[in-house]
Amino acid sequence: MSHFLDRLMFFRKNQSEFSNGHGVVTHEDRSWEDGYRGRWQQDKIVRSTHGVNCTGSCSWKIYVKNGLITWETQQTDYPRTRPDLPNHEPRGCPRGASYSWYVYSAQRLKYPLVRGRLMELWREARQTLGPVDAWAAISQDADKARKYKAVRGQGGMVRATWDEVSEIIAAANVYTIKTYGPDRVAGFSPIPAMSMVSYAAGSRYLSLIGGVCLSFYDWYCDLPPSSPQVWGEQTDVPESADWYNSTYLLVWGSNVPQTRTPDAHFYTEVRYKGTKTVAISADFGEMVKFGDLWLAPKQGTDAALAMAMGHVVLSEFHNRNKSAYFDGYCRQYTDMPMLVMLKEHDGKLASDRFLRASDLAGNLGQDNNPDWKTLVYDENTGYLVAPNGSIGFRWGQAGAWNLEMRDGYSGQEVKPQLSLLGSHDEIAEVAFPYFGGSDHPELSSRRVPVKLIQAAGQTVKVATVYDLMLANYGVNRGLGGEQAAPDYDADVPYTPAWAEKHTSVRRADIITVAREFADNADKTHGKSMVILGAGLNHWYHNDMIYRGIMNLLMMCGCVGQSGGGWAHYVGQEKLRPQPGWTALAFALDWHRPPRQMNGTSFFYNHTSQWRHEKVGVSELLSPKADQAAAEQSLIDFNVRAERMGWLPSAPQLETNPLEVVRAAEAAGVDPVKFAVDEIKNGNLKFSCDDPDNPKNFPRNLFVWRSNLLGSSGKGHEYFLKYLLGTQNAVMGPDLGESGQAKPAEVIWRDKAAQGKLDLLVTLDFRMSTTCLYSDIVLPSATWYEKDDLNTSDMHPFIHPLGEAVQPLWQSKTDWEIYKTIAKKFSELAGTHLGTRKDLVLTPLLHDTPSELGQPLAVKDWKHGECDPVPGKTLPNMTVVAREYGETYNKFTALGPLMAKIGNGGKGITWNTESEVKQLADLNGVVQAQGAARGQPKIDSAIDAAEVILMLAPETNGQVAVKSWAALSKITGRDHTHLALPREDDKIRFRDIVAQPRKIISSPTWSGLESEHVSYNAGYTNVHELIPWRTLTGRQQFYQDHRWMLDFGEELCVYKPPIDTRTIKPMLGKHANGHHELVLNWITPHQKWGIHSTYTDNLRMLTLSRGGPHVWVSEAEAQEAGIRDNDWVEVFNVNGTLTARAVVSQRVPRGMCLMYHAQEKIVNVPGAETSGFRGGIHNSVTRTVTKPTHMIGGYAQLAYGFNYYGTVGSNRDEYVIVRKMKTVDWMEGPLTPEREAHPNPAWMNK
Amino acid sequence: MDYFQQFLFGIYPYVAATIFLLGSLIRFDREQYTWKSDSSQLLRRGQLRWGSNLFHIGILFLFFGHAAGLLTPHHIYEGLGLSIAAKQLLAMVSGGIAGLLCLAGVVLLLQRRLGDPRIRKTSKPMDIFILLWILVTLLLGLTSIAFSAQHLEGSEMLALSAWAQHIVTFRAGAAAYLANVPLIYKVHLFFGMTLFLLFPFSRLVHIWSGFASLGYLGRAYQVVRQKG
Repeated sequence: MSHFLDRLMFFRKNQSEFSNGHGVVTHEDRSWEDGYRGRWQQDKIVRSTHGVNCTGSCSWKIYVKNGLITWETQQTDYPRTRPDLPNHEPRGCPRGASYSWYVYSAQRLKYPLVRGRLMELWREARQTLGPVDAWAAISQDADKARKYKAVRGQGGMVRATWDEVSEIIAAANVYTIKTYGPDRVAGFSPIPAMSMVSYAAGSRYLSLIGGVCLSFYDWYCDLPPSSPQVWGEQTDVPESADWYNSTYLLVWGSNVPQTRTPDAHFYTEVRYKGTKTVAISADFGEMVKFGDLWLAPKQGTDAALAMAMGHVVLSEFHNRNKSAYFDGYCRQYTDMPMLVMLKEHDGKLASDRFLRASDLAGNLGQDNNPDWKTLVYDENTGYLVAPNGSIGFRWGQAGAWNLEMRDGYSGQEVKPQLSLLGSHDEIAEVAFPYFGGSDHPELSSRRVPVKLIQAAGQTVKVATVYDLMLANYGVNRGLGGEQAAPDYDADVPYTPAWAEKHTSVRRADIITVAREFADNADKTHGKSMVILGAGLNHWYHNDMIYRGIMNLLMMCGCVGQSGGGWAHYVGQEKLRPQPGWTALAFALDWHRPPRQMNGTSFFYNHTSQWRHEKVGVSELLSPKADQAAAEQSLIDFNVRAERMGWLPSAPQLETNPLEVVRAAEAAGVDPVKFAVDEIKNGNLKFSCDDPDNPKNFPRNLFVWRSNLLGSSGKGHEYFLKYLLGTQNAVMGPDLGESGQAKPAEVIWRDKAAQGKLDLLVTLDFRMSTTCLYSDIVLPSATWYEKDDLNTSDMHPFIHPLGEAVQPLWQSKTDWEIYKTIAKKFSELAGTHLGTRKDLVLTPLLHDTPSELGQPLAVKDWKHGECDPVPGKTLPNMTVVAREYGETYNKFTALGPLMAKIGNGGKGITWNTESEVKQLADLNGVVQAQGAARGQPKIDSAIDAAEVILMLAPETNGQVAVKSWAALSKITGRDHTHLALPREDDKIRFRDIVAQPRKIISSPTWSGLESEHVSYNAGYTNVHELIPWRTLTGRQQFYQDHRWMLDFGEELCVYKPPIDTRTIKPMLGKHANGHHELVLNWITPHQKWGIHSTYTDNLRMLTLSRGGPHVWVSEAEAQEAGIRDNDWVEVFNVNGTLTARAVVSQRVPRGMCLMYHAQEKIVNVPGAETSGFRGGIHNSVTRTVTKPTHMIGGYAQLAYGFNYYGTVGSNRDEYVIVRKMKTVDWMEGPLTPEREAHPNPAWMNK
Repeated sequence: MDYFQQFLFGIYPYVAATIFLLGSLIRFDREQYTWKSDSSQLLRRGQLRWGSNLFHIGILFLFFGHAAGLLTPHHIYEGLGLSIAAKQLLAMVSGGIAGLLCLAGVVLLLQRRLGDPRIRKTSKPMDIFILLWILVTLLLGLTSIAFSAQHLEGSEMLALSAWAQHIVTFRAGAAAYLANVPLIYKVHLFFGMTLFLLFPFSRLVHIWSGFASLGYLGRAYQVVRQKG
């Protein structure tokens, strides 16, 4: 009744005593306890997760109380997998647990925001003009445009209504499409797996209007190009539970407890089974604590270590004491027995391309694709045969694309011969390139057994990959010669003694680990595993480091074996229901093909980082290469790759593609023929030829689910200077200013274009760095306010994001935001654009017949070496009709092409009519008039999720069986048994809301979702004999494309980090009196954030230093007078940043370590060198592209979105670190003086 | 004697006491979660050890000193052999010392509350106001010692005790005893009474709990509460 009265119980309170009066039993009011009970009570719990770029994919309980999101805890209801494995649950980490802080924080975006100056211009223009004309009047007027572009990132946002912002965006899109072309509208969003529908919302809109989706995996440098090179596979990795099946585990450059937190328990648990773990890392990362042994190679020298380990394994398990298991595995599953031709180069014999069926008389009986069939010697008969499975068997014929050991012609069983030693015609001296430094000659001569054959009318020497490899590794085979290593202690590439010199790892440790690794694999048939990640993959020559490790795994028969193989963990998030999602995301139900672009080349080009390129091609070329290539610049290679159809382009052509088709039709010519003719006679140009021409600018950019400018944007300051045209700290001259050689293939303009983007639109739930630089910021729903799908490769489940409360304030889900934009766009486009025909260029894509585009030699049509033929020597060209006024109707309905053409993935197609019908029944059909009438509805985000789940084999058993059946036709082997037990399983959205569900096995992936084995990459290749999607159909130690040969990467070699030349112009030139350290710039993943997310979260700021911080070694800190927590500036010609110093034993000398993507919006003072506020970790980086990543039209080396292409590496960079003298917080408003100086003041003198 | 005097010292004491008691009761019943001392120790420990301890020692002594001094009938002192003059001297000296301790404490606390930006930001207006009120009351009380020194025979002390004893025993005519005491006492009294009036609206409510916590001294080691 009353708290007070209830306590007035002096006489009745004590009921009894116990323990001799030490205890008392009372009867008193206990209602106060309800307060404590109520603290942990809630009104409802909703299942959701964190749609962040993290492979955790942890299912969480979101608690709602009094209509507010209060807190979150980990879900513990994952289905059990196999009885012998530890539980998956609970999954989660402190970062995810702090997410609810964001929802109601000051960081939260609540309303649509527009840059104030743009808003003033817009409202003024709209007084007299329509929306599209108003946009033209603002964006095409140089003064007006500069007025709002030059203050990007300087604050000044104002609140707007959804009507107004969607009108500005739609008007900008319509104007840009009409004037410049739809491929000038681009969008960047990463990692669809983290919230598939949200990604699909933007990409569907862009794909419908003909815009461009930019790739991210390669741009993040998380894509290991080595994986496509070796396996023809983007990246496929084991689930974390498979670590538990391993009996020897190397954890190499991947900080599992920190970056794979919810999975790390498998790493600790497997040690209790007796598995030996070896941690390999330059710094004392958290994973080192769990290693039985720690090898600490100098950063960037990991390839040398891997090569030396390979040397030991080849010497002991392939050369002497042959392992029967390794021998059998390598014959069947690798290119080791394949024959390579040797050719003279400057009087020296060097390995060249694979011998093909077409090289031999009568094509060896192979009429279909003889150029694409590689050869072996059959040990049984001594004959040359083209065995099943090479890529020539994949297209144009059926039933022989498999890894059965048979002759592709006769079907006879064969035994591919690994070594020609013993049956050789002669022992030849073959030259192998060496890049490791001046300690050895640039060409090593080594002895290789060869055979002489007649090919194309000549006598040609051929050798097996096996023999070439052993020679390259320097294995002593008793053949003599100067440069074969007599023993491990000889300083010859790639012995342990040689590696000790380069890596500083003791040779005894190298030998021990290599020997144990191989011995374990031999005894367990492949249960040796390597977990590897960003510490290796973010280097320029990452493919050499990775191939060094992959070679180890392949030569030990580990790939595709449970508990074995590679476990690449960086950015490798796995969109499990991919074929279902692709259809929705790229609007394949309405128009095919979509426009997609590789992010790295796009940003390298449009942020003009190429104008500052200091790495010369001559530094990269193999001594065996045609030295004419040294005259070219890196961007020249990219331009050639684009026009030969290897890499995509965006924008594509200098002329608006809508106008190209219009002109063709006016002339009465087929548009494709018209375009080819015009390209040939030079009237129609590729945009990449002239990036500084305003016709070739990307004009509109959408960024969603991403923090491009605060996180992944390598060359941050170049973005600010060239793409945005605002204040920046680029501190080095461009090639023109420094008087260096200019690129040959692009037009050089002395005055660089600045402020190329007319409109930058960002969708986010928090005010990120990217939002600060945007023109329009749209408030999106948080991960607790929307329905969506989430998967990972780390566990075999699919589970949802769920709407715990409706989107707060005026925020909307990404799906609803793009619907809103699409609606306004349709209104404006209906009158301004109508129905137009678009000429879409697509590169020669992997997993399509185009991947057989350019065999044997590289031919450039522009240099007259061949004719331009679309789909062969030129990109594919397709005319797509776009009814622009119907964009919204198309967005919200499933188009007719799914039923008409079907669905597919990875080169397999299947009929999908029955699924479309079921979707019509499930979602209902559109009744309204228009293009979508009668089609299944995709109105809500749940409708969209149902489309994905229904169409994907991974979530619909019937589709899974169909897809395996389709693959069976190509391989000639029945695979349907892999999905038949789950044929009637259909996973719907409400199922996964109830509980995470296990995925169904599908041919999209190379492992199995099964009750018997953990998911392991390459498992079906090995156990179902499905070929790898490479030239030889096998795992390739050897890369025979001309450019691979030219850059010396036909076999794995050690290449040290490149010299980016960013220090010299700055060192000592801007002294502040403190000592300057020159350190290698290492930017690993966060402890207190997932990329930039959470780094501005109060909880994580409290746990960390509360703002940007960098780590330096104790010794060097002392030399430079830096004490822990001092403010330091980190800078080079690319830019500068400010941070606090963490002085720690963790870091070795020579390294400055900064957890990447610490937002520059919290606690960032001004930098002394630039006079501007400090930047982010990418302020001191500039991306450098690598020509071998541009190869296309060549089997596994063919473009695929996020599959192959240039990567944005960043670890070869050096910086100057120096204690700051003055810490200036630069408070105060923007002044006209400050606005007038977008560059550091000393640069204007 | 005018009505104003009569109101201030005859009626206002009952108003203040009623609000003090009823207010405390209502707050205890209705706003349990606000019943706390609102310590700012988590935000900053500096000055708190000295400030808080000096303040609490001083003010507790003053509280009990006032209660005993004013409410104990003087014949009891006499029975104990304490003359009125001696009692006044005792009160002046001990109260003065306690007052100075308390003053030092309250100044430290006030400086901390106003000077530390975090504590300043998290302070409610009442937190600052009540500290200032205590400070003024205390200064007035200390000033009154000087006046007392002019009447060492204790007549004014007797008048003040008579007033207080009349008030708490609900006897009429209490205000009349103050007719001739100097203004300083009256102002001090007003501030003191008002402190009780402000009590339920401030963090001072923790004093109730502070006194209640004495119950812990005699409590059994283990307490098991029955259900329901």
